[in-house]
Amino acid sequence: MTRRPVAGADVCVVGAGPAGTIVADRLAASGHEVVVLDAGPRFDPDDRIRRQERAIRPAFSRPDVWDGDAERDAYTSSGEKGYPLNHARVKGIGGSTLHWQGMVMRLHEDDFNSRSERGVGVDWPIDYADLRPQYAEAERELGVSGASDNPFAPPREEPHPMAAFPPSYSDSLFAEACEELEIAMHSVPNARNSESRNGRSACVGYGTCQPVCPSGAKYDATVHAEAAKRRGATVIDRAPVQRLEHGPDSVEAAVYATPDGETHRQEADAFVVACGGVETPRLLLLSESEHYPDGLANSSGLVGKCFMDHLFAGMGGRLGEPTRQNHVGFLTSESHQFYDDADETVGPFKLEFFNYAGPSPVEMALTGDDWGDELLDRLRANYGDHVGIGALVEQLPSEDNYVTLDESRTDDHGNPVPEIHWSLDDRTRRTIERANEKQRAILEGLGAEITWQVGPENTGPAYHHMGTTRMGTDPDDSVVTPQLRTHDLENCWLVGSSVFPTGGAMNPTLTIAALAIRAAEAIDSSF
Amino acid sequence: MELTRRDATIALAALGSGGAAAVGLRATREADEGERGPDRLDDDAVVSAMVGLAEVLYPSAVSGVEPFVETFVTDRLEREGHGEALRATVTDLNELAVAWHDTAIAELSPSDREELLREAGADVADEVPDGTTAERVRYFVVNELLMALYTSPTGGELVGIENPQGHPGGTDTYQRGPPS
Repeated sequence: MTRRPVAGADVCVVGAGPAGTIVADRLAASGHEVVVLDAGPRFDPDDRIRRQERAIRPAFSRPDVWDGDAERDAYTSSGEKGYPLNHARVKGIGGSTLHWQGMVMRLHEDDFNSRSERGVGVDWPIDYADLRPQYAEAERELGVSGASDNPFAPPREEPHPMAAFPPSYSDSLFAEACEELEIAMHSVPNARNSESRNGRSACVGYGTCQPVCPSGAKYDATVHAEAAKRRGATVIDRAPVQRLEHGPDSVEAAVYATPDGETHRQEADAFVVACGGVETPRLLLLSESEHYPDGLANSSGLVGKCFMDHLFAGMGGRLGEPTRQNHVGFLTSESHQFYDDADETVGPFKLEFFNYAGPSPVEMALTGDDWGDELLDRLRANYGDHVGIGALVEQLPSEDNYVTLDESRTDDHGNPVPEIHWSLDDRTRRTIERANEKQRAILEGLGAEITWQVGPENTGPAYHHMGTTRMGTDPDDSVVTPQLRTHDLENCWLVGSSVFPTGGAMNPTLTIAALAIRAAEAIDSSF
Repeated sequence: MELTRRDATIALAALGSGGAAAVGLRATREADEGERGPDRLDDDAVVSAMVGLAEVLYPSAVSGVEPFVETFVTDRLEREGHGEALRATVTDLNELAVAWHDTAIAELSPSDREELLREAGADVADEVPDGTTAERVRYFVVNELLMALYTSPTGGELVGIENPQGHPGGTDTYQRGPPS
C-alpha cells in the first residue's frame, strides 16, 4: 500500500486505537478528509487463530501474541514500583483493544467530582450528566452486552444494546456467600457480542479473550478503523509519527516514518493525538520547539505528569468441589457495592468474580516433565475447584508519578524512549487492603481454602494508562479543555485516557469512547 | 474415551489449519514432494512416528489415537513454516532413534519410545521452536500432540471441562453445574 501523505486533509489522527478510530469514523462520516497514522501494522484477521496458539503456548510471551517489537516498544521503568508497559499494549490498527478484556462500565457520578465528594484528587471539568448521552452512544458503537441490574451504577436512560451474558455456575456459588454477607452481585457490561450484531459473530467461547478473540465477538478498534475507511478515511499503518511540526498557535504537520526508510509530512487543518497515556505525552515532549521548549502543549508543565493506573487486588483458593472455571475468558458478575463509600482515606474499588480462576488444563499440560497417565492425574488434581475474586482500585493523581523521555536510550527511529516513573500512595494501599478484606470474607463464607492473595506488596497495574494530559478549564492546571482541545494550540486535540483528571476504579475504555465522541463533535463544529 | 477424526478437525479449528483440512493425505504428500528438505522423512513416516509417540504421550483412557493424530498432523504439516519445522524435528528425533535404538520411531516399542523422548531431553526442556533438538522436540512433538488433545472437547472432558481453552464450544457450558 502507499503510505504517502494525503493532499488536502482536513484532519490527521495519530493512533488507531478506539479513541482515534472513533474520532476518525465520525469526522469521515461528516464529510471531512481524514488520515489516520499508526505506528504498528494492520493485522490480518485470518491470523487471529494462530495468535491464539501463541497465547496458549509457553514459548510465547504476551507481547509476542501481537508482534511486539522490543526495539520499537522500548521503555524505561524508573519508579519504586516497576511498570511492565508492554505486557498488555499493542501497536497496530486496533491498538490495545486487540488485547483487552472488554469490560465497559460507566464511571460513577462521584468519579467526576473527587475533590468535592471525596476530599481528594481533583474534580473533572464535566459531570456525569454532561457525558451521559455520549456514554449511551459509546455503548451502541462498541456493542455492549449488559443489564440494568446494578443498583450502584449511575442512572441510565436506555437498556444496553444487547442482553447481558448470563451468570456463571461459579457466580451462583459466590451468590450464596454474598447473600449471607449482604453483598449485592450484579452483571458485567461486556464489549462482547452476546448475539450476532453488525456483521460480527456472537461469542463462541474460545476462552482466550485476553489477549486475542479469534471470533471477533469482542469489540476491538479495527471495527471503527474499517468503518472510517468505508467512509473515505485513509488509514496508514507502520507510520510512526516522529514529531508534530507547529508554530506558536497551531500544528502544521505530523512527520512520520515509513518502512522504506522515508520520512513524510502529513499536513492537515486539525490534528488529533490519540496514542494512549504513555505515547501521547511522549509525542508532545518529542515535539519540543522554540515556541514550546518543555514540550508541545505543555505551558502548564503537566504533560506526562500525574500518570495513573488502576491497581489489582485479588484473592483466591480452592473450594473442594467443582467450580467450572476456564470455560470462557470473561467475567459475568461484579459488585460495585463499596465503590461509593470512597472518601479521602479509602478510594473506590469494585469486586470481580472470576470465571477463570486457577490454571487452564491445556496450559498446564504444556509445562511439566510428565505425560500420559501421570500428566492426566496432575491435570485432574489441579483443575476444577478453584475460585478467585479480583478488584480494581483507584490511584490518585500525583506529580510523583509521570511519563517523561529517557534521553539515554532510543527506539528504532532514534527517539528517546518513554520513561515511566510509578509508585503507590498510602490511600491506594489502604484501598487494596479494604478490597482484600471483602474478598477474604466472601471466600471464607464460601468455605474456600485461601491459597493466594494480591495485596499492597505484590499488586500490579491493570494497564490503564491515565492522567498524563489532564483536562480542565484552567490552562495553568491542565493540558486540554473540556472539549479536549489543547489550551495552547487552536487545532490540536488529545483524545484518550490521558485526559482523565482522576481515574475512578472502572475500566476506562467506555469513557475513552464517550470522550472521543464528545471530541469529534467539538472538532466537527470547529470547521 | 474415544478420539475421532472430528476431534482432530476441532483441534485444528482452534489452533490454525494449514488451510487444507479437507484434502486427503495422498494429495498432501504429493504436494510436499518438491518442498521437502534433503533427507527429511516423508509425510507418511512423520505421521506414523507421531502416532507412535502420541500413544506414549496420551493417557491410557483414550482410544482412537491413530485417526486423531493422523488427521491433525497431516494438516499441521501443511501449515506454512510450521510444517517444515515439524518434519525436520521428527526427522532429527528419528535419527536419534536409529542411533540409539537401531530402529525407526514407528518400530520402537512404547517403552522405548518413551525412553527415546526422555533420552532426547524432551521431558525437561522448555518448548522453543527454533531451539535445540530437545527444545524443538518439546515444541513440535510433545506439546504439539498434547495441545491437540487438551484443546479438543474429548481431551477436555478427561479433565472435567467440556469447553477447554482454545475450543469454540459456545457460551452454555460455563453456566452449567457439574454433571450429577
